[in-house]
Amino acid sequence: MDAQIVKVKNKKGVRVIPGFGLSLGVTLAMLGCLVLIPLVSIFLSAAQLSFGDFIEVVTSRQVVSGYMVSLSCAFLAALVNAAFGTVLAWVLVRYDFPGKRLMDGLIELPFALPTAVAGISLTYLYSDQGWIGSLFDKIGIKIAYTRIGITIAMVFVGIPFVVRAVQPVLEKLDRQYEEAAMMLGASKLYTFFRVILPELFPALLAGFGLAFARGIGEYGSVVFIAGNIPYKTQIAPLLIMTKLEQYKYADATAIALVLLLLSFLLMFLINSIQIYMQKFSKA
Amino acid sequence: MYVEMKHITKTFDGFQASRDVNFGVEKGHLAALLGPSGSGKTTILRMIAGLDRPDSGDILINGARVNDLPGSKRGIGFVFQNYALFRYMTVADNIAFGLEVQKKSKGEIKSRVEELLELISMKDLGKRYPHQLSGGQRQRVAFARALAPNPQLLLLDEPFAAIDAKVRRELRTWLREMIERVGVTSIFVTHDQEEAMEVADMVIITNQGRVEQIGSPEEICLHPQTDFVKDFIDAERFEALMAIH
Amino acid sequence: MSEKTKKAYETEETADGLHSIQKVIEPPHESSRPIIKYLLIGVCVLFLAVMLVIPLIVVAVNAFSDGWAAYQKAVMDEYTLKALWLTLLATVSAVVVNTIFGIFAAYLLSKFYFKGRQVLATLIDIPFSISPVIAGLVFILTFGNIGWMGDFLKAHDIKIVFAVPGVILATIFVTFPFVFRELFPVMNAQGKDEEEAAALMGANGFTIFRRITFPHIKWALLYGVILCTARAMGEFGAVSVISGHLRGKTNTLPLHVEILYNEFNTTAAFAVSSLLVILAVLILIARNIVEWKKK
Repeated sequence: MDAQIVKVKNKKGVRVIPGFGLSLGVTLAMLGCLVLIPLVSIFLSAAQLSFGDFIEVVTSRQVVSGYMVSLSCAFLAALVNAAFGTVLAWVLVRYDFPGKRLMDGLIELPFALPTAVAGISLTYLYSDQGWIGSLFDKIGIKIAYTRIGITIAMVFVGIPFVVRAVQPVLEKLDRQYEEAAMMLGASKLYTFFRVILPELFPALLAGFGLAFARGIGEYGSVVFIAGNIPYKTQIAPLLIMTKLEQYKYADATAIALVLLLLSFLLMFLINSIQIYMQKFSKA
Repeated sequence: MYVEMKHITKTFDGFQASRDVNFGVEKGHLAALLGPSGSGKTTILRMIAGLDRPDSGDILINGARVNDLPGSKRGIGFVFQNYALFRYMTVADNIAFGLEVQKKSKGEIKSRVEELLELISMKDLGKRYPHQLSGGQRQRVAFARALAPNPQLLLLDEPFAAIDAKVRRELRTWLREMIERVGVTSIFVTHDQEEAMEVADMVIITNQGRVEQIGSPEEICLHPQTDFVKDFIDAERFEALMAIH
Repeated sequence: MSEKTKKAYETEETADGLHSIQKVIEPPHESSRPIIKYLLIGVCVLFLAVMLVIPLIVVAVNAFSDGWAAYQKAVMDEYTLKALWLTLLATVSAVVVNTIFGIFAAYLLSKFYFKGRQVLATLIDIPFSISPVIAGLVFILTFGNIGWMGDFLKAHDIKIVFAVPGVILATIFVTFPFVFRELFPVMNAQGKDEEEAAALMGANGFTIFRRITFPHIKWALLYGVILCTARAMGEFGAVSVISGHLRGKTNTLPLHVEILYNEFNTTAAFAVSSLLVILAVLILIARNIVEWKKK
């Protein structure tokens, strides 16, 4: 009770700790020059487009298909990651086995490995002559240069997001819930889906959202395996790149703006979930 | 009067934390700010320390108005509720910090730290870190750290709140003795009437941002002036307490 | 109770004899049905092998497929070394700039309350959530020929787009929040009691940061620097947009890999990639050491 009041008090209290002005100045100056001003340029450029032109660009068949490929593959990849990420987090938190630390360290590989390297390596692996691609080729499934390949690349970049979101929540989860459910005679599987999963859900959703957002914007790891076939495997960021190479800056800006707004929307949703989560856990 | 609060008001986001607060504490006295949670007692302490600023009214220390003086220039020692010990410094470094900041000489700092470690009977624990201490020991370190620069006024925010009930009584007596020995004017905040009555020379009872009554523990118990004080103070318990003494 | 758990239990007790024991650390519950345990571990191992480990092996195998001499030639190539140099330059710049920013911004947002705090935190996160291609695009739209600063830069003969400054700026942009994101939660959880106590004793801002705040955050800071290094070194999309792919001038290592790959010089592409893999593995090892130290 008292602690909460003190918190409110600090809001309008005197600034006892020195350094407010300096920190605020440095933060705003750097954020402004390096991020906000360049970012504003995209809105300035977009404002020069007439509304009709803008709509024409972003609703052209090629662009719409680009958005669809990016969104559908990123969504699918985020779903795959949600499933495997939860299992990975579970195994890392609940079991002891040799090589556990190595496995835990490996999760972050997609953060550390340059995306271009991942891109060419995955392409090689999943092409119809590659180690894994050739196996699937025999049963008539092509992976590289199809949407399956794009999804696999997006799974690669998205794994750490889900694992790192779920892991800490699972670590903190009170075993008493499970034990109570077990005592009542629930099976392990039933307990997982009815008791544990709902507890993990907000974190899982946040991880899913981050992996999804990363997938939509991803370029380096996807561009090689996508193969850039119009209407089939052209992702939205690649379309922006193509337009830039053709010096069609206005078109590139329009496509980017829609993608940007999509990202912001997604980020807003993730933040809302996290705020809801905090309220929920406090109650 | 060494410390004086004159017509102090303070509002936080529409919540009135202080309404025309007036009181004074004489030099060398130990005063208790007593009241229920949310009665505004901590706000008063923080305003004296310069951690919060009153909306109106005057705060006087030793006759001078200190409203616009930063907390660090008011000659105050402050013991935080959870002690706020510097976690990455040893006990000795914690105590020395205030002196280092004042650029005292190495020799002076060393002798002062030793003196204070002696005072709090922790002579051999100077090299320990806060997490290696018990709750009671932490409180003693916080006390020594606040006293190190020789403050004229010592403020303590719920000094016993974080301590086990068993040890609390012991520490109370200890703190009372220490403050008497050092002779520093002190004000502490508490919600525990037994604590206030047993330790303080004078008790200031607060309720909903107002001062309800000021007086010695006896005065307040025997002659409660408002209905709130009557309700809040458990006279029977106090009589039993006096009988023990 | 395992030996390890017992120890944790005991240290909790001695650390604070007067407090009641706050929590007893439980040992990981072993599943009563080990089949499920090994099945799940098996699934994870398979998944990680296919998704992460085999791609690394692919790099190694292909890099040496034409022998050691060819590998050496690709790696010691003039353009490779120039690309390596630019990658290091851009990475160091990004780490320095973003560390300075991260420290100030995290200090600001964790130690002070002010209006717009939440908005500021959201703005800082923007580069994290937008496509790297867009990150490159915004700099072209700002500093390029068609950008609103284009004429000014041309008049003063300053080249940013399709030049080294552009590559550095884009790298800074995409890694902007990395150090901040590691520091902020730690500083926020620490609270500001210690800083307030020090300020009341008259310590100045620099002393407070150096003596009080810094010891709390040093591992998180190192961790943030490592993450920032990893991302900066591997950045591809943003740099690709803004570099103009001028070989020997604005090519970073990842871009050099792309060029070699597109020229069907696969072995060389994988050889150069192996350099980046080695750096990535070093980063992962460093990351894990720091993570371990943090605890």
